[in-house]
Amino acid sequence: MHDFAELLDRLVLTPQRNAKIKLMADYFRTAPDPDRGYALASLSGTLTLSTVKPQLLKQLVLERLDEVLFQYSYDYVGDLAETISLVWEPSKDAVQEKIDLSLSAIVTQLQSASRADVHGVVRTLLDQLDGSSRFAFLKLITGGMRIGVSARLVKQALAEMGNVDIVEIESLWHGLEPPYLDLFQWLEGKSEKPRLSMPAVFHSVMLATPLSESDFASLDPKDFAAEWKWDGIRVQLANLAGTRRLYSRSGDDISGAFPDVLEAANFEGIIDGELLVGGTARTNRATRSFSDLQQRLNRKMVTRKMIEDYPAFIRGYDLLFAGEEDIRGRNFVERRERLAELINAAPPDRFDLSPLVAFSSWDELDSLRRAPPNPVIEGIMLKRLDSPYTAGRMKGPWFKWKRDPYNIDAVLMYAQRGHGKRSSFYSDFTFGVWTDKDGPETLVPVGKAYFGFTDAELEILDRYVRENTIERFGPVRSIRAEPDHGFVVEVAFEGINVSSRHKSGVAMRFPRIARLREDKLPRDADRLETLVAMIAPLV
Amino acid sequence: MLAGAILPAILLLMKPEALLYSTPRGLYCERGDFYIDPVQPVERALITHGHADHARSGHAKVLATRETLDIMRIRYGEDFCGTAESSELGKVLSIDGVDVSFHPAGHVLGSAQILVQAEGTRIVVSGDYKRRRDPTCAGFEPVPCDVFITEATFGLPVFHHPDDRGEIAKLLTSLKQFPERTHLVGAYALGKAQRVIALLRESGYHEPIFIHGALAKLCGYYQQHGISLGELRPATVDSSERQSFAGKIVIGPPSAFADRWARRFPDPIAIFASGWMLVRQRAKQRGVELPMIISDHCDWPELLATIKEVAPSQVWVTHGREEALVRWCELQGIPARPLHLVGYEDEGD
Repeated sequence: MHDFAELLDRLVLTPQRNAKIKLMADYFRTAPDPDRGYALASLSGTLTLSTVKPQLLKQLVLERLDEVLFQYSYDYVGDLAETISLVWEPSKDAVQEKIDLSLSAIVTQLQSASRADVHGVVRTLLDQLDGSSRFAFLKLITGGMRIGVSARLVKQALAEMGNVDIVEIESLWHGLEPPYLDLFQWLEGKSEKPRLSMPAVFHSVMLATPLSESDFASLDPKDFAAEWKWDGIRVQLANLAGTRRLYSRSGDDISGAFPDVLEAANFEGIIDGELLVGGTARTNRATRSFSDLQQRLNRKMVTRKMIEDYPAFIRGYDLLFAGEEDIRGRNFVERRERLAELINAAPPDRFDLSPLVAFSSWDELDSLRRAPPNPVIEGIMLKRLDSPYTAGRMKGPWFKWKRDPYNIDAVLMYAQRGHGKRSSFYSDFTFGVWTDKDGPETLVPVGKAYFGFTDAELEILDRYVRENTIERFGPVRSIRAEPDHGFVVEVAFEGINVSSRHKSGVAMRFPRIARLREDKLPRDADRLETLVAMIAPLV
Repeated sequence: MLAGAILPAILLLMKPEALLYSTPRGLYCERGDFYIDPVQPVERALITHGHADHARSGHAKVLATRETLDIMRIRYGEDFCGTAESSELGKVLSIDGVDVSFHPAGHVLGSAQILVQAEGTRIVVSGDYKRRRDPTCAGFEPVPCDVFITEATFGLPVFHHPDDRGEIAKLLTSLKQFPERTHLVGAYALGKAQRVIALLRESGYHEPIFIHGALAKLCGYYQQHGISLGELRPATVDSSERQSFAGKIVIGPPSAFADRWARRFPDPIAIFASGWMLVRQRAKQRGVELPMIISDHCDWPELLATIKEVAPSQVWVTHGREEALVRWCELQGIPARPLHLVGYEDEGD
């Protein structure tokens, strides 16, 4: 347990992606079976443990600690699991029988404990674990690690450990179970790649590369089909041998949040498409925006009301398996014909086919791209007619040609130091635009950006922050921003939505600092009305 | 007269509040006309240890251990006070009928508790203290007393400092795991930095350690005192040699990390050696990636154990989290009160 606890402690505080991968890969290399398998399960969210209520933990602590002292402690630390892990004093009465404190032993013990036993089991474990392990243990039993590690990152660490492509891990993933003995055997080169018994597993998706100006010369429009790039999330729906699953692009199982879509799947096979909310083309109702879709994302369960208010559907892009038959080796045209047949017979309110965009020249397609017929379109996809469906992001068969980003001029308002390489630089910026919505003309923050600039530009920004700080709040500096004195930056972003969580009422997607506008005065920066006008009208 | 039999016995003992009380300038002994760790310049000051919030410059007369006086001289220059007098540990000096003596506190080199006694009343001002072994200074010695004045920097049940060898091991593991990164360790210039270096040496790390300029004189002073710190090099190299810091340990005061100074190092990993690092959120807020929980103060169980061991009839609590420690004393039936002294940093560890 101690090694796992130490890993969690490091992961919580390590901001860099590559360092996180290294920490996890090193752990997987050195930890024994089946501990590492349970660690993998808890990091990737596949470990099922009945969780322990905070109330019970509090009761346990108060058996030993004065309530006032506990309250002072909790107020200071702020997190219940951490407070308990820190204040816990092992009981000095009666030498307790030493128990197995490996992660796997703990998991097994918790899984077999009856409701009535839980109290005693948790108390004994808290008594015998060291401080750091107590924290890991409490995180495990209260559910929700929240340590800034996604399932995809964990898989990346597995790929690094075994020196295999992450695609291989992803396609195996949903056919395997904790403690993943066969997976680790294979990654260590001690056995063959595991063979899966469950058919409805995730198959790594085919990804497109961005199209650049220089590509056109070598590409012939006649070799390609064009489709709109819809602004939802890319999904894979598998329905085989009685198992139905909905996977995100990275292979996370999101079935629980979309029972409406899964239940409607009346075909056998695996399709690739865009998950959207609203009406399908076949029902002649409007597709709704990404922010509406967000209402349904990141949920384990979904209410009936949610389903009614935000009905989900899939706009089909591709067919990987027709029934049990793997057709990924066939060309795009063939696969699409079979997809069209399948969707035609599927419920019209839950499935439609992504339409092709007719064009004869790149110029013509470019003008269509600039003025798409629907606000939920974020660009164009180009797919070679003769391309098979291949996992991963290979340059050539598929291209994405995004709509140009939005741009505004905004004023820097706050800055915060970055992490790692950037820990001595003010590199995280909050920027704002002008408004007189609530009275006098003032700047209102509209977003945060921490990339987009070059190293040289960062030095300029950092120097400006240091020389123009007006106030400090902990790690945050407030920067001088007046009509005639301040720093203007050009912010590029991919989209903008209404947001009730932000004071300004708007939220940007992927904002980044595109250019420093030292030539501009803050008074020339954009106004909130300009941003509000950019929000896609609800159709 | 009925009370006559009892009165003389009580009169023999001076009320502790009359012997020592807090004023805006610090803890004051009226009878001896001296202050202990005053926060403003005074006529006569007794100083427990050399940390800047306890040892300020500009007093007319200063009484402290020889090491504390040396440290003040290093930090403030030769004219840090009017006249300096050094006190040998354990030796009793009389100041206008008040007996004072200095006893090791185990906090940093030269740190001492001060025992103040008059008319049979004994008060120990512990200053900052710790109970763990520290290769760089003499260990705390409990001194029997009527009133024990304790700090409460880590006076909350959450604080359980782990074994410092384990914390040093974390740093050594990280050096192996990330040999391409500079391991930038924040540690206070007096005490903590030297202790971390000494602990690294004890753990078998014998590579040169690079130090920030602010640490140089104090490290030199510790070395003169026979505390072996191994090979130390200044962390000031021109940019052409940046890469030479990869996989090396660089130690500097925590404040230097936010500074442009930190930029000379390739891909630094931010480490901080402090008791505060126990709470993950605090480490996170400071942007610390590798917290080393190494403290020069007592943790909660050590505070309680010390109070039990010293067994005073009263406890006065100074800077830190007074309320929790006072509450604990109350639960134990030990009279206790906070002193509300101002001017001592709660953060300095």
